[in-house]
Amino acid sequence: MPFLIRQTLVYAVPLMIVALAGVFAERSGIINLALEGIMIFGAFMGVLFVHMVQQWGWFQAAYDAKNYLALQGFCALAMLFAALLGAVFSLLLAFAAINLKADQTIGGTALNLLAPALVLFFIRIIANQNTLNMYTGDAASWFMLKKAMFGYGRTQQMGFLGSTFVDKVYVATYICILVFIVMAVILYKTRFGMRLRSCGENPQASASLGINVIKMRYAGTVISGALAGMGGFVYVLTTANCSSNGDVAGFGFLALAVMIFGNWKPGNICGAALLFGLFKCIAASYSTLDINGDGVYMLKNLNINTNIYRMLPYVITLVVLSFTSKSSRAPKAEGIPYDPGKR
Amino acid sequence: MRKSSFWNKAGTRSVLASLAAILIGMLTGGLVILIVGLSNPSLGLKGAWEGIRLVVGGLFATGRNAGGSLTFGFNTTSFGNMLFRAAPLIMTGLSVALGNKAGLFNIGAPGQYLAGTVGSLYVALSLPTSTLPAWLVWLLALLCGMLCGAVWGAVPGMLKAFLNINEVLACIMTNWIAANLTTWFFDASNLKNVLEGTKSGYIYKTSTVMHDVLMDGARSTVGAVVPDGAEVIAARGGVATGKLGLDKLFSGSQVNGGILLAIVIAIVIYILLSKTTLGYQLKACGANRYAARYAGIRDKRNIVLTMAIAGALSATGAALYYLSGNTEFFWNTYQSLPAEGFNGIPVALLAINNPIGVIFSATFMSMLQICGQKLTELTAFNEYITNVIIAVIVYLSAFMLVIKTWIGKLRKGKAVNK
Repeated sequence: MPFLIRQTLVYAVPLMIVALAGVFAERSGIINLALEGIMIFGAFMGVLFVHMVQQWGWFQAAYDAKNYLALQGFCALAMLFAALLGAVFSLLLAFAAINLKADQTIGGTALNLLAPALVLFFIRIIANQNTLNMYTGDAASWFMLKKAMFGYGRTQQMGFLGSTFVDKVYVATYICILVFIVMAVILYKTRFGMRLRSCGENPQASASLGINVIKMRYAGTVISGALAGMGGFVYVLTTANCSSNGDVAGFGFLALAVMIFGNWKPGNICGAALLFGLFKCIAASYSTLDINGDGVYMLKNLNINTNIYRMLPYVITLVVLSFTSKSSRAPKAEGIPYDPGKR
Repeated sequence: MRKSSFWNKAGTRSVLASLAAILIGMLTGGLVILIVGLSNPSLGLKGAWEGIRLVVGGLFATGRNAGGSLTFGFNTTSFGNMLFRAAPLIMTGLSVALGNKAGLFNIGAPGQYLAGTVGSLYVALSLPTSTLPAWLVWLLALLCGMLCGAVWGAVPGMLKAFLNINEVLACIMTNWIAANLTTWFFDASNLKNVLEGTKSGYIYKTSTVMHDVLMDGARSTVGAVVPDGAEVIAARGGVATGKLGLDKLFSGSQVNGGILLAIVIAIVIYILLSKTTLGYQLKACGANRYAARYAGIRDKRNIVLTMAIAGALSATGAALYYLSGNTEFFWNTYQSLPAEGFNGIPVALLAINNPIGVIFSATFMSMLQICGQKLTELTAFNEYITNVIIAVIVYLSAFMLVIKTWIGKLRKGKAVNK
């Protein structure tokens, strides 16, 4: 059970944060189909940051001295770097969609093509192979929290809460949850958030009240890029041992589905992401999943084909959407270039 | 007077805008290579210059001479391979272009391509060529592939028409479902390549000759050579697209008649779109679904039909690629989608959704792939730079309208100056 919850969180948290990234863009009126591409780019930049800093040996002393706090700081810096570069990358979409009034679907598709191409081009030149790994060591030994850090011995148990939420987890996951809450509050409880949302509903009305629609849409897209970039890095950190290979296996698109499933509202998105995370977790590890701790791998004994578990998230998305699409509340002005002269 | 009317024609401007997009894309690729070359002492300006020359003229690259510098010349292998790879791109490009004309963004081409792969490969490798002639098996395989693609394309079409689900999202979901189904299907099938022990995750080429034999009372499958004492029940495989003499024209390449079929289909789609009632209805639905319905056009039927035809087109691309006899399919593909499907998007956008234009843009795209291949072979750079160029072209085509207006203004400005 602790394993199930822990693994679910590992998949759910990147989904959640990237879906919120989608919300920020769409609520400001820009369809961000490029979430996948921005995730790939952010993941690459985060891994590159870790790789380079390790190469320069900056945190080697901290690692040798087992100074875990410093290492967590290093991880947070990498997340920040990924977020920053994700924001820069999303400027491409913002410029095309806002200044040039481009077709946002095609613009997003272009970014989705551009990110893996650029990333793989550079990875091949830097690493001479198709995957960029950490310069030394692995993600678990550098960034993962382990019970040994809290003075527990090899055979000692941490209790249910401890072994679920403290042992073998990444602090990055909790940072993401924190960021998710803060950004959701900003979107709903501050003046800025209210203004941003108004631009996705009726930009002309917002402009008549003195809100700078263009600035707001830029803000929405850039925040979206930062969150997606960070989410991309956290995804590869927690599931791919901090390595980048120009692919996040359709996670960005899944986040888009989570966003629509969650009806563009942070609370619902949280629930939807947990559900999807659960299915992703089951698909990845159902054959060794011991749910109630009796030593029986129940799901494996059901004898259902692996591919069914792998397909489930996508099938469920379609089924749920077919029931909810009539009542979905998409931002009214999303995807429509802002034209001040139109009413 | 006649000259100015030529410049002001919408078609001319579209072609110019596409050429401008290609030019800017190439420049961006060159710039990236230049920056990487200059920042990397082992490559330097000379290495960068070699890279840039290969990006532009890789099609004509013939290797390096004794002195170590690049040589260029007409190369039948590269030309033939360009045509061979253009065929699936023409088909997926047509698929996306047809969707765009009918107002549907068909990002589901990869899934439809996989459906076509499954349908055509299953028929080509399962039907006994001992009782049926190989050309008939080939034709049935192609048709089965098209049918699978049409059914798979119709799924998001129906979701869009009847349940009002955004087709982009429905297509993305069906893509991943198709990827999983394909893996499942071939994993459970007996088409996995076990005769060549080193191959893992691949299924047989369609040109492989297999014999189902009865040996010591047990059924098994062997290759072209039947061991002594085995009784042959049926022969399978040995199916390949006809070369139609093209292999003599472009010696050493993989080219076959598929490219000619693809061009014919492009012309058929052009006629369908511009000369038939059905084409008019599809375009009307694309322009304004509700107005079309008001005019008595059955919009829901048209949406499903568009997606079904688009699916069949993508699937034909897959069939032409994998039935060629010299390509093999990696079936363990549940985590990745075929690039040919996604490349249909830039092909269609570059051709501004014109079926005839698709032939040229697909050929250009496959030429870029050859250039990328040469770049990997001959320099320290790699083929992904061509994907960067393609992405930049797609990015520019997102605001093609703005570029067209710029070109118009450019002309006007000149006219005023005169």
